[in-house]
Amino acid sequence: MSDIPADLRYTASHEWVRSLADGSVEIGITDHAQQALGDLVFVEVPEAGRELQAGDACAVVESVKAASDVYSPLAGTVVDGNAELGSAPELINQDPYGKGWMLRLKPANPAVLGTLLDAAAYQASLAATDA
Amino acid sequence: MPFIPHTETDVREMLAAIGAPSIETLFDEIPASLRIQGLDAIPPALNEMEIGRLMSERARQDGRPLAFLGAGAYEHHIPSAVWAITTRGEFYSAYTPYQAEASQGTLQVIYEYQSMIASLTGMQVANASLYDGGSAVAEAALMAVRAHRRSRSQRILVPTTVHPHYRKVAAATAGNQGLRFEELPYERASGRIDTAALPAYSGEDLTAIVIQQPNFFGVLEDVDLLTDWAHAQGLLVIAVVNPTSLAILKPPGQWGAKGADIVVGEGQPLGVPLSSGGPYFGFMTTRQEYVRSMPGRIVGRTVDLDGKPGFTLTLQAREQHIRRGKATSNICTNQGLLMTAATIYLSLLGPVGLARVAETSHARTQQLAASAARLPGVGVAFDGPRFHEVVLRLPRPATAVLAEMAAGGVLGGIDLAQDYPELGPALLVCATETKTAADIERWAAALGEALAKTARAA
Amino acid sequence: MPHRSEQVVFEFSRPGRGATAQWPVAPEQPAADLPASLRRSEPPLLPEISELEAVRHFTRLSQLNFSIDTQFYPLGSCTMKYNPKACNQYAMLPEFLGRHPLAPESSGQGVLACLYELQEMLKDVTGMRGVSLTPMAGAHGEFAGVAMIRAYHRARGDLARNEIIVPDAAHGTNPATATMCGCIVREIPVGADGDVDVEALRAVVGPKTAGIMLTNPSTLGVFERRILEVAKIVHDAGGLLYYDGANLNAILGKVRPGDMGFDVIHMNLHKTFSTPHGGGGPGAGAVGVSERLLPFLPIPVVGRDDDRYRWLAEADLPQSIGRLSAFMGNTGVLLRAYVYMRMLGREGMSRVGEYATLNANYVLARLRQAGFDAAYPERRASHEFIVTLKRQARELNVTAMDFAKRLLDYGFHAPTTYFPLLVPECLLIEPTETESRETLDGFIAAMAAILVEAETDAARLKAAPYTMPVRRLDDVRAAKQLDLAWKPAATAVGGTA
Repeated sequence: MSDIPADLRYTASHEWVRSLADGSVEIGITDHAQQALGDLVFVEVPEAGRELQAGDACAVVESVKAASDVYSPLAGTVVDGNAELGSAPELINQDPYGKGWMLRLKPANPAVLGTLLDAAAYQASLAATDA
Repeated sequence: MPFIPHTETDVREMLAAIGAPSIETLFDEIPASLRIQGLDAIPPALNEMEIGRLMSERARQDGRPLAFLGAGAYEHHIPSAVWAITTRGEFYSAYTPYQAEASQGTLQVIYEYQSMIASLTGMQVANASLYDGGSAVAEAALMAVRAHRRSRSQRILVPTTVHPHYRKVAAATAGNQGLRFEELPYERASGRIDTAALPAYSGEDLTAIVIQQPNFFGVLEDVDLLTDWAHAQGLLVIAVVNPTSLAILKPPGQWGAKGADIVVGEGQPLGVPLSSGGPYFGFMTTRQEYVRSMPGRIVGRTVDLDGKPGFTLTLQAREQHIRRGKATSNICTNQGLLMTAATIYLSLLGPVGLARVAETSHARTQQLAASAARLPGVGVAFDGPRFHEVVLRLPRPATAVLAEMAAGGVLGGIDLAQDYPELGPALLVCATETKTAADIERWAAALGEALAKTARAA
Repeated sequence: MPHRSEQVVFEFSRPGRGATAQWPVAPEQPAADLPASLRRSEPPLLPEISELEAVRHFTRLSQLNFSIDTQFYPLGSCTMKYNPKACNQYAMLPEFLGRHPLAPESSGQGVLACLYELQEMLKDVTGMRGVSLTPMAGAHGEFAGVAMIRAYHRARGDLARNEIIVPDAAHGTNPATATMCGCIVREIPVGADGDVDVEALRAVVGPKTAGIMLTNPSTLGVFERRILEVAKIVHDAGGLLYYDGANLNAILGKVRPGDMGFDVIHMNLHKTFSTPHGGGGPGAGAVGVSERLLPFLPIPVVGRDDDRYRWLAEADLPQSIGRLSAFMGNTGVLLRAYVYMRMLGREGMSRVGEYATLNANYVLARLRQAGFDAAYPERRASHEFIVTLKRQARELNVTAMDFAKRLLDYGFHAPTTYFPLLVPECLLIEPTETESRETLDGFIAAMAAILVEAETDAARLKAAPYTMPVRRLDDVRAAKQLDLAWKPAATAVGGTA
């Protein structure tokens, strides 16, 4: 079973979003996603300043047998990418909701956050695809 | 039945196991209207003796003329051991090494090849090879677009001193994705890229420049100056090189202050027969930082469950079987056998032998150019330094001259009229270490006679 | 197979040693005219070894491989049939090997005659109107095919057509090719019976449809029964049909892509026409086209004027998609395919599809008796079929990969695993027509024995293989600590600078 913290928002494509105090948001991939991918060997995160639309491919995660784009859950400007992942992609496997964060974004419209899945809805979407 | 081992008993018992009355029944899901009754254009079967005779007759028909042709495909001595080993069934009839435990031979050869070709080009990493030199240039252009962090233009500068066929392959391959190849002219006197044309591109959004060394004419470009200019403008540098030449010429990794970014070329000179154009292999090397933008297979060394070193395909997530529509390329081949031949070739030649091949080939071409210059009306077209290939001007169109020489069993050079009409009558000629002083005399005599004969006819 | 390893070639290099019989005599003043600024300062890292050491090293490496000449290779979708020795012998006659690609046509009538006849034979077995031999691999042929589809629409001023439809079971090269040609990929699902979902197809076709790429028999090992309906839907929408020739072996001499309605096809000469795989290449991916795509064929093509053969290039085919190789594709491979086709002849060609299908259906029937599950039990196998180990994965916790690795210990190359992606824990098995019943029985017995092992000692499978030169390799380490080139220090990450 995978871990789905109650205080985060989610997408059906397995990204999570956390609101930060300064109004920006932090984005990563869920525990379910990292388990499905297996040991990550490479992660590419966006550079600060990049403008993203919701649904844009904004990062890449690679394991030995799979590669997957990470899609931005909402529009905004990239404030920071997690540079540590370059040399330690395993942080996403070890701590997907903490040290494994991928990028921070200044949302164009913070209200959109409320339209993303909550933990219960994400749990339900996982259950639906498993069936 | 050629290459089908089944006896009648086998067929009967196998059908019984399947529960089908006949082989024909096994095709019962195919709409009857689609079934064909025979193949009219296929002749009846030949046994090995008969096909052997036919092929030998066809080969004899083509003969073995004395050839002084280069232009990207070079006749070098190939040690007997190279193809004796390459055609061993264990290399020849093996599949792509996806099952690493059953493919350590192929994988280790690729690793050794990558090591040699990376060092030869002065770069950090190599792939396991691409189709040929032309397609490698196309793949390099596409890779440059992926690797370049800022340029959005997909504009690539390609001097006309780059092999005309490579330019055509690049356009046919990469044009569909919107890449634009813009020509840079060459200086008429030296045969080098015209550096006076460069300032016009200052401040433009360009992705890369392609620099061939030696260039199509055999002339050596000022690679340091060109590389530094390109880097100062924010362009990536794609080097196209002859691998034999790299035994003695500066490797692209050392061009200018920072070195080239992507290096490609035709691998044929390294132990691969001319074979009317293929199979050859294209090589590609780059900087470590661009390895994930590189197309094609890559082998890495790792360890097994017991900690023993072993080899495996790696960085496969770039490739089509995983990335599908987002792959770096659709390529799922490397020219494995040719690359194997090249690795054995390089092991037999070593650094000293390869340098001798380069130096001797160059010396032969210099001798050839000197003997040509003694013929009336014939001269060397360009005044700059060159390597192992030369452009000669002729007093009259090359077509008839070459046909005359060919009738006497000498292929005297390549006519440049179609690709470089501005040069006037001109030939691209190459002599390698395979040509003796007597061969060169025969070439010069044949050229002299052909010129005389065509002059009388004119 | 010897259970050993072989040093990296550089490790037994010694300065001053070399295969000197292979070296030319040094010229008097080696390249004295080359300016110092253009010369190399340090020699490249190449081994300095004797000829005998080189011969032993590479011979020993060859012995660490599986190959068709030594093992059965039931690799689905790869058609690993016997590569007759005559094909190699007669493609490597000295005159063929020595001929320069830019030599005049007058000194190439022999080789051009072979290539011309090869074009004609390929037209006949596929039912197409024209063939170009230049593409150098299957994926290269795919590129040529989709590029021709685009050129066709463009030439008609039909500029909006940039979507390529691909079934979700397709080879990865199909969507990758569409992208390389600047197209957008539209995936459609395959129905539970293994055929393309025709309703889904109807829903995606339209004025943006450039074409559809199909393999038939499909990658699921079954013949697409509604192919004529599929062709009509796509053609009615203004699109063209692309045939991926990966599975042509299944239908050779039985049905032809041209008759099914395909407009363009590529053939993998290294599969159907038995040229060697060479450990990953070279292959050859000749393309065939219907009438309307003839003007767009990649150049050069071999033409014939009376009894003289010549290259057709830009002047003859001004609308060609252009040149895809520096010279003339993989000519040596083409000669091998030519020899193979002449040796099979008209009758032999039709038997290929028959016996490939017989072998596949036989192995499928016997494996089902042994307790394996077919992915499409209601369907005939074509020349290949899929076994799914979904039940074993759930009940015994063993995977398709475990089966594949254990088969190596029994002396059989693994089938294709984890392709097609949409069948869980799959083994795609293609025996080919050149394997004898005894070989197939040996493979079936090995599969049955492994199934017993899975039920009694699953841990044994998990750590297989045990008898190969290496055991399972650490792929994660290979990708994270890249060691892609040997360095004298031998320990470092990365390459030689």
